[in-house]
Amino acid sequence: MSVLKTPAEAPVPAPPPARSGAPGSAARVWRTVRTSRPAAIGLAIVAVHIVIALLAPLLTPYHPTTGDAAHALLGPSADHWAGTDQYGRDVLTRVLYGGRYALGVSVTATLLTLALGTVLGCAAALRGGWLDDLLMRVLDAVLSIPAILVLLVIVTALGTGSGVIVLAIGVICVPQVVRVVRGAALAVVPQDYVTAARARGEGTWAILRREVLPNITDVVCVEFAMRASWVVLLISSLSFLGFGADPPTPDWGLMVSENRTAITVVPMASLAPIIALATLVVGLNLAADGLSKAWGVDRIREGS
Amino acid sequence: MRGVFTFIVRRVVAAFGTLLLSSVMVFLAVQALPGDVATQVLGKDATPDAVAALRKQMGLDQPAWERYFDWIKGALHGDFGTSLVTTKPVGGEVAQYLGNSALIAVVTVLFAVTGSLVLGVLAGLYRDRWPDHVISTVSLVGMSIPEFVVATLLVLAFSVTVPVLPAVVLYGPGAGTGQLLPAVWLPAASLAIVMAAYIVRMARTSVIDVMASEYVTTARLKGLSTWRVVTRHALPGALLPTLHVIALNVAWLVGGVAVVENVFNYPGIGKLLLTSVQNRDLPVIQAIALISAVVYVICNLAADLGSMALNPKLRTRGGSVR
Repeated sequence: MSVLKTPAEAPVPAPPPARSGAPGSAARVWRTVRTSRPAAIGLAIVAVHIVIALLAPLLTPYHPTTGDAAHALLGPSADHWAGTDQYGRDVLTRVLYGGRYALGVSVTATLLTLALGTVLGCAAALRGGWLDDLLMRVLDAVLSIPAILVLLVIVTALGTGSGVIVLAIGVICVPQVVRVVRGAALAVVPQDYVTAARARGEGTWAILRREVLPNITDVVCVEFAMRASWVVLLISSLSFLGFGADPPTPDWGLMVSENRTAITVVPMASLAPIIALATLVVGLNLAADGLSKAWGVDRIREGS
Repeated sequence: MRGVFTFIVRRVVAAFGTLLLSSVMVFLAVQALPGDVATQVLGKDATPDAVAALRKQMGLDQPAWERYFDWIKGALHGDFGTSLVTTKPVGGEVAQYLGNSALIAVVTVLFAVTGSLVLGVLAGLYRDRWPDHVISTVSLVGMSIPEFVVATLLVLAFSVTVPVLPAVVLYGPGAGTGQLLPAVWLPAASLAIVMAAYIVRMARTSVIDVMASEYVTTARLKGLSTWRVVTRHALPGALLPTLHVIALNVAWLVGGVAVVENVFNYPGIGKLLLTSVQNRDLPVIQAIALISAVVYVICNLAADLGSMALNPKLRTRGGSVR
């Protein structure tokens, strides 16, 4: 019988008391990847996406934003494997380059969110009391407004630069990360070694860095993969609505919205970015699932 | 019994607190949008006198907190001010669009919740066998593709390849239910697929948990049939954790419709939201944000109270949740 708990107080299996240092955790990830098939497949897909995004200029002879109007709306052929769009731009080239925007913005935004969310979540768990109460109330209020609405308002106010989008994603995702990390940290705080550190007179920051953080690395890693998949989806939706990447930037969401009207003529122009987007997110989700299962992080229970 | 009462009161008070806080945030965020509203309405060439007059008429010369209280007071009576674009009362306009969206929402929730519970329970019961593998893979893909992609693929399948359903809605917000009904299915299906993916995963996990529990083993040892064990013992327990995921997803719908309605040009709240953001129609944005916050808070409250009603442990220990 599973006792219901609110997501903030999700049961997190007590982390092993053994501290996992930096070199140890790298080895552990590698061991997990070798034993867990979903994690391996997921991380491999993400790695392929990263490599393609980095090597895009080497992989294709075409330019992503300049087209040849004489060759507009072509079907797949030997010259253009995925055909061309209404401006005669090579679809495959734009898909290959499209990963740069999606990955660049998403990874930056996710890293920032996770860093801030982890610090806030740990601080809330360590300090407790009014700080915790206040923080959770404010975060609840932020969560009550739909993500896409917050994004739209921020982007209308400050413009559609990638810096603004990273900031906006931070505002939206930090509350969720804080909830998860706080839940995990709450399981660590009552442990004897934290009490011992407190008795030694160590400061909050030192306890956080040396005692709490090493023991919630698992949760944070899984949260990274899971949050990244969510952010990629959100950013592509924003681009699709016309508030994300500005044309002619090659971006998957934007490509779908541009080529949707011509879907009867050149279906590949819409399908290719869809496949790219879907595989990246499936990869991230598989990685999150595989890692959480291998490490015993109860991901679904953590309100994600 | 007193414990239950205190628990309910505390939950309701907390819900109101959250709502109040989010209303302040919505107000501040929208007010922080750069650009003077009066200048925007009158255009850049307006004389300073005209701008000042309009500011006074719109109450923009009042301090922010006074405007906030006026706004909240009005909102409680259903008066959200007048639209800057159509100059009609926001309340009536939003209500009309909201009604159209409710049509999509009801169909979506109905299909997504029943469908995903059945699939989730099936996957949980046939754990690690082929039905589980198929259902889990499909739901992983379902949660990995954004709503606009599902919508585009559905259009490709049911409007282009086999033209049975309309790809675009040609009616305005005043269209009747009969006119909108054929256009509801594709948007609802897009949302239901994405939404179901999450619920299926949760339902699967809780069924697996419950089937491993002692009381299910006891029921089995008593010699009850599998059907009876599942329906009478396993399902009520498995539904409990799923309830919160359903509540979260219903709240998520408000954001989801924003994208999907724009794909289909469906005259709902999401379409209204996007046009208002484009036109910087502040009162409309504020109203929609506040309404979605209310939906979120009500859904969560309902899930909490509902799970209390279902779970005898929580009923007796009243305040143990939060």
